[in-house]
Amino acid sequence: MITRREGRAKVTGAARYAADMRLPGMLYARIVRSPHPHARVARIDAARAAALPGVRAVLSSADSPAIGWHESSRLFDTTVRYVGDEVAAIAADTPALAEDAARLLEVRYEPLAFDLGGQRQKPKLEERGQLARGLREADVVLEAEYRTQTALHNALEPHGCTAFWEGDRLTVYESTQGIFAVRDEVAEKLGLSPERVRVVTEHMGGGFGAKQIAWKHTVIAALLAQRTGRPVQLVLERTAENLASGNRNATCQKLRLGAKRDGTLTAIDVRIDLEQGAYSAGGEDSDVIGTYLTLYRCGNVRAEQTALATNLGPAVAFRAPGYAEANFALESAIDELAERLNMDAIELRLRNYTSDDQREGKPFTSPESLRRCIARAAQAIEWQQKRPGLGFAAHDWAAGGGWPPAEARVDFRGGRARVIVGVQDIGTGSRTALAQIAAEALGIAVDAVEVELGDTAPGLYGPTSAGSATLATLGPAIQEAARAAKEKGSATAKRRDNPKDRSIRTCGAQAVELCVDRDTGEVIVKRVVAAHDSGRIVNPLLHTSQVIGGITQALGYALSEERIVDARFGEVLNANLEEYKVPTLADIPEILNVSESMPDMEANPTGAKGCGEPPIIATAAAIANAIYSATGVRVRELPITRDKLINGIRR
Amino acid sequence: MTRLRVNGEHRELEVEPRRTLLEALRLDLGLTGAKEACGMGNCGACTVHLDGEAVYSCLVLAVDCAGRSVTTIEGLAAEGKLDRLQEAFIAADAFQCGFCTAGQIMALAALFNRAPHPSDAQIMRALSGNLCRCGAYRHIVQAARAARDR
Repeated sequence: MITRREGRAKVTGAARYAADMRLPGMLYARIVRSPHPHARVARIDAARAAALPGVRAVLSSADSPAIGWHESSRLFDTTVRYVGDEVAAIAADTPALAEDAARLLEVRYEPLAFDLGGQRQKPKLEERGQLARGLREADVVLEAEYRTQTALHNALEPHGCTAFWEGDRLTVYESTQGIFAVRDEVAEKLGLSPERVRVVTEHMGGGFGAKQIAWKHTVIAALLAQRTGRPVQLVLERTAENLASGNRNATCQKLRLGAKRDGTLTAIDVRIDLEQGAYSAGGEDSDVIGTYLTLYRCGNVRAEQTALATNLGPAVAFRAPGYAEANFALESAIDELAERLNMDAIELRLRNYTSDDQREGKPFTSPESLRRCIARAAQAIEWQQKRPGLGFAAHDWAAGGGWPPAEARVDFRGGRARVIVGVQDIGTGSRTALAQIAAEALGIAVDAVEVELGDTAPGLYGPTSAGSATLATLGPAIQEAARAAKEKGSATAKRRDNPKDRSIRTCGAQAVELCVDRDTGEVIVKRVVAAHDSGRIVNPLLHTSQVIGGITQALGYALSEERIVDARFGEVLNANLEEYKVPTLADIPEILNVSESMPDMEANPTGAKGCGEPPIIATAAAIANAIYSATGVRVRELPITRDKLINGIRR
Repeated sequence: MTRLRVNGEHRELEVEPRRTLLEALRLDLGLTGAKEACGMGNCGACTVHLDGEAVYSCLVLAVDCAGRSVTTIEGLAAEGKLDRLQEAFIAADAFQCGFCTAGQIMALAALFNRAPHPSDAQIMRALSGNLCRCGAYRHIVQAARAARDR
């Protein structure tokens, strides 16, 4: 068994994270944030804050370069658009002094009307076939509305960095999923060429999507370091982390499914509203309509999503963005449809199985893998016994092909190899899996391979750790470079494009067994089984960690996690780890990873795809379906808390 | 001046009364193994031993540690030899990002010092104040059991 290579560093406390950097003369910074959901910043008086001994710099809209951010906004804008929006920043000798100075900063706000319901943005629509005909042809039409909550990433390591200048060159030790994304963005904002910015991520304490773009704190730290001529460390406190560094968008999904008596789907119609917050952070919307277009064979589909702009913190990618939200609705609806048709829920899924990517109009590289996953999960939970309290859901995920381009260098001398790549290990085990790919290609022991990553300085581009893409992107490049290095001693290889005529996906199925306390509404999950197509499983130990980890997060998404907002003030009431309920040890059932290794050689020459995101997708629907099986109560809104369930049971 | 023992060595701190033990360890003594994740005693990432008991170092003031003995994750591996919990964590893959790991291990180590062969219930209880957002809980418990049964 090959264990995680940074294991020793992590169990001894030696692993260095962004906030562990200690540099001579280093200052600590704090961001001052808006207490209003919408306001004009009329006046900022920094005199008292700046006069406090030990305070070295204050930045605000009154005193900072005019750097554009988020569409037409600014780094420090004179209009703030949510509680938590950045107003000013202070650098001081200690974190406590920076906090004191933040309290002394006098800001006069002119509150403006705020909107939590949302301004509708331009809809995104995809259609195929004729919906009206599909609905006419249906013997049964299921119509239902599902809602999902705003979820907060809450990686234990907050966003943060340590920044310092050497002449006109900037170095940032950053907690990020994308060292190159941060390098390029920070360089652009500061008007530097990218070569003048170096971003380093040795270890990072979780991101789950929230750290895949550059955020304001990095540029703020760089500006404070420039102004003071000293290194600056800026780490978000937990509250700020929960207000201003992204969230999974809430959704309302209104859908209609039409089916023939034999279960054949004739129509899928879905209208989705998603709450994006005050800004489109990183310019991305989660693809909520995606799975409606791909998971099941259906000729007549109309899928539309509309973002709603509100005066709340901006949404950003969160592990399988869009798919986790949509899967809860679609896979709950499939269960409801199966009941209406008096069909077995798995049989209905298989009746509508597709081997083609209907969105792209291409066959999948692994056309049968979802069928195999469904069979394995069903067998592991003993589905055929039809015990009450069983629930099932399948899923797909439009990733697994990696994100070319990417480069890898391999040096091979005296039976030992050194691999250099420009990605980061965000806790997924990239160092380990990539070392295994190199060792395999060179025919040497994995211990004879050293992997250097998490640094932009070597100039070998690597993609952001997102889309479950690191292994599928870098693996093939390392394999190719290693083979060449075996002959030449040293080689660099580029990962080229994905195949054009096939579509690469990952997919899987999960089943849940649970019981419900009818008096208290408490859901007691007994076990979760999971079968995922991750392509070839390079490291079974780490794969299982990912599967268990994703399902653990999904248990929170299904049952307990929810950002709560006070509608009167636009304030988040639970921006902390006490009242925002992430799963604890006591909440975790038996979780069984029954995935089989399914090398997908059409996807890439290593056969490996990825497994970072998929495990979080299907769990919530499987739980909702199991709750229905146990109680006869269908809850169409996440999280499925005791109050919702007990109201249903009493009715 | 606050005099205390940290990982067996005498240390002297000259800190503001409001400085927490966690800040003193991380900023004054350069021991960055204990992490600040919430700063308010919710997550356990800052767990260290104070006179042998597991405490959230973000809730303890450094000046209150005068004359007392602190052990951090850096002090757990005696002369470079890993503790049985540390070895078990690696073998069971009981972490992903590793940010909560020091706290998880120190919470367990305090229990193991008190009860070298703890029951499963004792293990669960010792870990009940430590969050892991990557979701390594099952492997953490597996590691604790392996260390116990070794």
